[in-house]
Amino acid sequence: MTAPVANAQGFAPGYAPSKTLPLRVEIVRQFRRRRTLAMFGLLLALPWVLVVAFQFGPNTNNGNSVRLSDLATAGGLNFAAFALSVSASFLLVVAVALFCGDTVASEASWSSLRYLLAAPIPRDRLLRQKLIVALGYSAAAVTVLPLMALAAGTLAFGWHDIRVPGTGEIISATDALPKFALVIGYALVSQLVVASLAFLLSVSVDSPLGAVGGAVGLVIVSSILQAVEALGSVREFLPTFWNTAWLDALSPQPDYSGMIKGVSISVTYSAILIAFAFRRFRRKDVVS
Amino acid sequence: MTFPGGRRALTAVAALILLVAGSLVWAFWPSGPPVRGQDVAIPVVDGPADDQHVTLDATFFPPPSGGKAPAVLLAHGFGGSKQSVRDEAVRLAGQGYAVLTWSARGFGRSTGEIALNSPDYEVKDVRQLVDWLARRPEVRLDRAGDPRVGIAGGSYGGAIALMAAAYDSRIDAIAPEITWNDLADALFPDAGGKGPMNGVFKKMWAGIFFSSGGNGLSTGDGESGLAALAGAAGSSGASDPGVADTGTTGTGSDTGSGSESRGAGTASGSGTGTPPDVQQALTPQQVQCGRFLPEICAMYQTVAATGRATPEALDLLRRSSPVSVAGKIRIPTLLIQGQRDSLFPLGQADANARQIAATGAPVEVAWISGGHDGGDGEPDWVFDRTASWFDRWLKNPSGAAPAGSDVFAVSRDGGRDPGTRRPTVVHAAADAYPGISGATTQTVKLSGPDQQVANPPGGSPASISSVPGFGGLLGGGSSSSGVSVDVPGQAAAFESAPVAEPARVTGSATVQIKVYGTGDAALFAKLYDSSGGPIAVLPDSLVAPFRVTASEAGTPVTVTLPAIDHTFDAGHRLRLVITTTDLGYSTPAEPSVHRIGLASPDLKLPVDPGLITPATGPAWWTWAMPLAAVLIAAALVLTRRARPAKAGSRPDLAEVPLVITGLGKRYSNGEKAVDDLSFRVEKGQVLGLLGPNGAGKTTTMRMLMGLILPDEGEIRIFGHPVVPGAPVLSRLGSFVEGPGFLPHLSGRANLELYWEATGRPPGDAHLDEALEIAGLGGALERAVRTYSQGMRQRLAIAQAMLGLPDLLVLDEPTNGLDPPQIAEMRKVLKAYAERGRTVIVSSHLLGEVEQTCSHVVVMHRGRLVSQGPVEALLGASVAANGSGPRLEDVFLDLIGESR
Repeated sequence: MTAPVANAQGFAPGYAPSKTLPLRVEIVRQFRRRRTLAMFGLLLALPWVLVVAFQFGPNTNNGNSVRLSDLATAGGLNFAAFALSVSASFLLVVAVALFCGDTVASEASWSSLRYLLAAPIPRDRLLRQKLIVALGYSAAAVTVLPLMALAAGTLAFGWHDIRVPGTGEIISATDALPKFALVIGYALVSQLVVASLAFLLSVSVDSPLGAVGGAVGLVIVSSILQAVEALGSVREFLPTFWNTAWLDALSPQPDYSGMIKGVSISVTYSAILIAFAFRRFRRKDVVS
Repeated sequence: MTFPGGRRALTAVAALILLVAGSLVWAFWPSGPPVRGQDVAIPVVDGPADDQHVTLDATFFPPPSGGKAPAVLLAHGFGGSKQSVRDEAVRLAGQGYAVLTWSARGFGRSTGEIALNSPDYEVKDVRQLVDWLARRPEVRLDRAGDPRVGIAGGSYGGAIALMAAAYDSRIDAIAPEITWNDLADALFPDAGGKGPMNGVFKKMWAGIFFSSGGNGLSTGDGESGLAALAGAAGSSGASDPGVADTGTTGTGSDTGSGSESRGAGTASGSGTGTPPDVQQALTPQQVQCGRFLPEICAMYQTVAATGRATPEALDLLRRSSPVSVAGKIRIPTLLIQGQRDSLFPLGQADANARQIAATGAPVEVAWISGGHDGGDGEPDWVFDRTASWFDRWLKNPSGAAPAGSDVFAVSRDGGRDPGTRRPTVVHAAADAYPGISGATTQTVKLSGPDQQVANPPGGSPASISSVPGFGGLLGGGSSSSGVSVDVPGQAAAFESAPVAEPARVTGSATVQIKVYGTGDAALFAKLYDSSGGPIAVLPDSLVAPFRVTASEAGTPVTVTLPAIDHTFDAGHRLRLVITTTDLGYSTPAEPSVHRIGLASPDLKLPVDPGLITPATGPAWWTWAMPLAAVLIAAALVLTRRARPAKAGSRPDLAEVPLVITGLGKRYSNGEKAVDDLSFRVEKGQVLGLLGPNGAGKTTTMRMLMGLILPDEGEIRIFGHPVVPGAPVLSRLGSFVEGPGFLPHLSGRANLELYWEATGRPPGDAHLDEALEIAGLGGALERAVRTYSQGMRQRLAIAQAMLGLPDLLVLDEPTNGLDPPQIAEMRKVLKAYAERGRTVIVSSHLLGEVEQTCSHVVVMHRGRLVSQGPVEALLGASVAANGSGPRLEDVFLDLIGESR
């Protein structure tokens, strides 16, 4: 074997900080985990469970009902909107918190974090790559559910124009599809707060459960506060307040003001939380 | 020196102090002096002959700031009492007014009988209230006996404001809300324009109206209607429409804090102080008429029985209506009318506005979204608008319009609040009031064949538009959609083509139809907004009733449809429906069939282009906040970058694997884990780092790997300072404090992915050599979670050797290995160093170090105790007992433990 030759900066041959922890490697490292597979399995199966549930239940839709849940069987698009609305408030939150909260904390609990850092993967780079992959998995989770629901709903209930809750109006499927993409995009952005909080907790605590639970706990507390009407307009600044604003995009006169506010709140919280995560991790003593 | 724990606690304490201080400031922030109401009983004399003595139960709220202030009389709605407007009175007094609320005669604890705002009764009462105000020292006077005074009130209270303004010239400004211009026209409307004699009796509203002022029998069925009526009494009532003074005790003296409870239906019936449990003792007259004046009671019973107006009834109703005093109201008037109001629709306010404006007095009009049918009564907006009206005309004599005040304001649907999912209201404004016929008109063509409609015998089943008293229930929260049902066979429909552009209708549309057949027909016109969905929307749930005498040739009627503010969106159709029945109205009992056709296809829609809906652009913070957040985030990330190396690399040390100088690290409690540690490792050495548990070996190794930051001193590897993520760490292989693997991956995948994570070329990994050292054989393909402790240990050492680093750091490498494996490991380490590389092994097993290492560093309690070649260390300590030196003895000597 040949003796390695180090360069002037003390780099081992072939080592470059910008090449460490490629995204592909991190994706593979995370993908084969049971919790990843289980979560995706659940998200992919849920629409089919819902389809079966709707098939079993008595068909109470008299054609005049205007609730989202009653319109779920009106077609694939309606079904997908319904599936998104029932899962966005909790299931997707858990999925996002899992992918983002687990990512650093689980490495710490496996003790593999110190070997990655000593490889060395620069701390900022490690965090950046992990954040990108975690957000990628979160985005996949948020996207895969409505898409599978769209497929399942279309197979089960047919491809029909979307019927709007409230007025029962019809929006043609071709008009609704771009809106549907917008809705999924908004659902993604609105989960950003959960993602960034989970991420901050992930670099702060060594227990993956603590990070995931902390982020989910925030959503629960925020939802409870949201119900306190005495708080008035202060509630507008709660991170979960605008999470259902995407329903406005599906109305015949789409109103995007709530979604804009939601994006604003989401971006605000996320930017600061993620900045704190980086700041914290940079100087943290890794003792696990 | 830093205390992470201490700093965190400090932050928490600071946050707590801020929170407590904030809430204290909030709790004790000085508010204005409290408003105190004084309950007074004001005796008045009224009646046509000025011979009836009545005691009005009133509450006077002096301006809390003291001094002389303009006065406001605050009147309550039908079925309410002075308690219904108490909150509003307190708010108004807080804004610097002397406010007087009173229970009108026949209501609450006031005595007397209800005379429907008659000039002989209630109007005379109000004149005497003005007299009373003029004697109060708190009230500003225009001249002796003439106070500066305004009147506000809703519904019944709004009408008394108008009536009093006509009969008392001392009143300076009024703000009547959701009230009538012509009670006859309100109860007997005829959209065909032939007047109340030809009108269709609004039987349900009339019934609720009369029974709520009536007696205890109305408790059950009149309750909801009452709530609507009492709720209309003012902004405070609207915010809590069910609350009204029960007045059941009647004898109570402490009326100011009189008990309030739901169920206003029990109000009255006890004007004489009769306890409720002896109400059975009422005379038949009292049971029938309650607290109504007998002549009004008799009038109602006549018209309600026949469903047709009589001249006497109309006379009586008109005497109580502003229409009878046209031209006599010459003071500034703010008219607030509700869009969801089938009792006193927008047309009533329009008539008042035209009548008062004709005298040259300033008139402003606002159409709020709620009304007697429920919906959003916008109490806060109404209060602010009313208060600013009085500010302008009572406080500020110039009458200059304050900024933001508009002559005509219309509450429009502002969409849903995405957070609360509740409808929001925006206020469109114009600088002129065009009237319900609109500033301009737009014509839409209707089409449809002549259609037969049947009037069912007895008028049942009936179409439903709005149900008086239940409007709030049926209409949901939305301001423009309600449940509307047309019975098949009773409705004729005419529809337009889908409109190309949105049609914004503000006012009453008109259409000409023809009615064929014989005899009288009571018909109801509705203008639906049909989007093509299963449910067409009837704006504000309003209908236009009209009576027509049909003829075989077809009697032409010009129908004035209900006044609305509604946008028919592009692509929607306008659908005119004529029905023969409506639940709220009295219709002929005899069955009949008429044919209805369009006399002209033109549907004339009033529009007001001057009404500008304020743009509801995103709030300023929607862009400012993320921007600020990104800036803060950037500052957070950039200000605390990793500490740059204190010194650059030292080329003179480039061939020295490790130099540690003055290294120190404290625990968070201040105790030193490593204290002033300095030593040097040369190439080719196998260095043993020796010390008992807690000597600081592992802490030193962690600092060596850049995992924890030293508090003082520095570490150099090949001349380069070690900081977190320093590139020189790529020449370091490490195994510290146990293995760290992804348990779900196989041993081989773990090593491969680890190497890939370093980003170095796969060929440099020397994976096979490393795997040979690990010696895991077939287990390499199993998931790591199935490994034993020893297998993980060997895999971790193999991982440390990946890429054959120049400096290998192993922490207790032989832990968990069996003796043959330990022997093998010794050979491996020695061989590794012989190739010009350097190995550092920490251990507390002395024999292990003795056999493996060439050099040794002994640590104890964080400090360096001794260092040098193993032989030198042994040689320096010649045992006192003469036997060969053992490292164990030397070690114990060094750390000062007794043998």
